[in-house]
Amino acid sequence: MSAIAAYRARPMSAERLGRVFWRGLIYVLTVVLAVIFTFPFFWMVSSSVKPPSEIMAMPPKWIPSTIVLSSYVSPFTNLPFLLFYRNTVFVTLMGMLGVLLSSSLVAFAFARMRWPGRDKFFILMLATLMVPNHVTLIPTYVFYSKLDWINTFLPLLVPEWTGSPFIIFLMRQYMMTIPLEMDDAARIDGCGWFRLYSRIIVPLSWPVIGVAAIYSFTYHWNAFERPLIYLNRLELFTVPLGMAVLKSRYSTDFGAMMAMATVSIIPVLIVFFLAQRYFIQGVVVSGVKG
Amino acid sequence: MATVTAAPATRAAGRGLTQRQVEAVLGWVFALPYVIHFLVLDVGAILFAFGLSFFETDLLTGFKFMCAPPVNDCFDNYRYLFTEEPLFYKALTNTALYTFISVPLATTLALLIAVLLNQNIKGQGIFRTLFYMPALVTGVAVAIVWLMVLQPDYGISALVFNFFGLKSPGWFWSEEWALPGLMLISLWGAGTNMLLYLAGLQSVPTQLQEAARIDGANSVRVFFSITLPMLTPTILFNVITNMIASFQIFTSSFVLTNGGPNNATITMVLLLYRKAFQNFHFGYASSIAWVLFMIILVLALIVFRSSNRWVYYEGGLRR
Repeated sequence: MSAIAAYRARPMSAERLGRVFWRGLIYVLTVVLAVIFTFPFFWMVSSSVKPPSEIMAMPPKWIPSTIVLSSYVSPFTNLPFLLFYRNTVFVTLMGMLGVLLSSSLVAFAFARMRWPGRDKFFILMLATLMVPNHVTLIPTYVFYSKLDWINTFLPLLVPEWTGSPFIIFLMRQYMMTIPLEMDDAARIDGCGWFRLYSRIIVPLSWPVIGVAAIYSFTYHWNAFERPLIYLNRLELFTVPLGMAVLKSRYSTDFGAMMAMATVSIIPVLIVFFLAQRYFIQGVVVSGVKG
Repeated sequence: MATVTAAPATRAAGRGLTQRQVEAVLGWVFALPYVIHFLVLDVGAILFAFGLSFFETDLLTGFKFMCAPPVNDCFDNYRYLFTEEPLFYKALTNTALYTFISVPLATTLALLIAVLLNQNIKGQGIFRTLFYMPALVTGVAVAIVWLMVLQPDYGISALVFNFFGLKSPGWFWSEEWALPGLMLISLWGAGTNMLLYLAGLQSVPTQLQEAARIDGANSVRVFFSITLPMLTPTILFNVITNMIASFQIFTSSFVLTNGGPNNATITMVLLLYRKAFQNFHFGYASSIAWVLFMIILVLALIVFRSSNRWVYYEGGLRR
């Protein structure tokens, strides 16, 4: 399927024709697919700024005749979307902070320290990654409800502050690549284990911490199922829950839905464009998402 | 895991512990957050889920043990699920259909895009971003955008089908097209797999492809005989992780159709969610979770066992 279509001795013109044909086909296919993939985004943004009469026009108006921002205003007055954003930002930041602090410390113990049972425990940790989330969903719900943590953010944050197996694994793999001479030198200079972690290994692990931070950010920003189960009061809702409410209460107001989808996607896109390298590296290194 | 350095066996002054002992204790201390997580939220929860599936409880009026009177049947939750639950087989069929259709399609699509982008095309970085973008925004926002795209009267779907003189399928508003609609959404998220295939493609050694070409293989032959076999480890990884994720589909069916119309999109996890968090049968829902777990485990094992027939590891490992 590559450009080297005809290598054997053929008339020059036929060979060039074949090449041009292949290249052309590849470009056309790529562009068509790219248009299909990005079109829903374009449609979303365009619908969010259309006057109401044009949202449901057939044939559709690709570009709105005038830009109307009322779709962006009504959800904020009909529902406390500003509060939803505050909640989401809080949960996302606290979740990220928790998972980065705890996971890096645990990963440090796995990667740089010698303690009995370490390797067996590491295998057990990897085994938990294979268990579907839904098996532990109900027991953990029972557990948190006995602690009276329903309708608090704690059930969303506590699993993060105690370290995520996936992120521990990711960080441990990276920390394993830092030369051990670093540790020896620091230890000989009288550096304690915690200082070795905080002053040497963490600063050297920035790339993987960046990957983990972005992974954690998108996870929390888009999280739906756990917030749905643990948060039952409107004033505690996160943005995805708010959008689900918007969808069920104002199911014909496509403008408002598209506007809120746009607003909720923008922070993720900004973070993505600022740290694209980390993102792609993260996906490639981890091979797992969401 | 080779953290073998000479251990200075000097005693830490005044503490009576060797440096190695201090390290051993501190290792566990540093790992403590996850030790707690592991014992309570992983192992504890898995065992508790299994135990709970032999009980019935709404968490308010106490626990009813199934082995004891009046039920006297330890497996009553499982029996009810398999023999009486009106939605179980519907949910299982829907989930299986969704998985077995969308995973192969998404795999093929992701592979196709990755191969296209790997042809040294101009603006590869930009295209890569465009294809990956939908995978960034999972969940509710995506579901809502597709609700509008697939609206049968004034969505893009209507436009495309009208263009060919056809009537658009009803998608989420019709029984037979709602599940295909969900599959379509999952295809849109093929970007993550695409990135993995692209990384895999770029690590295929070019010498092999060049050697094949010198031997007279054309591009199609090179792809199917060299490139694709070298990618099979990545394909195996993606197929297994996608399958596990697909079997747990919840958000899009919950938000878009809530299992409807007429249970056409009810899935295993949606059933579990309803039983646990709407009807408060936590014991029964735990039995659903265990059945789901076992199905996923068996499927993953089948794919994994089949892999030595079709996955090629360049580094060896083949018997």
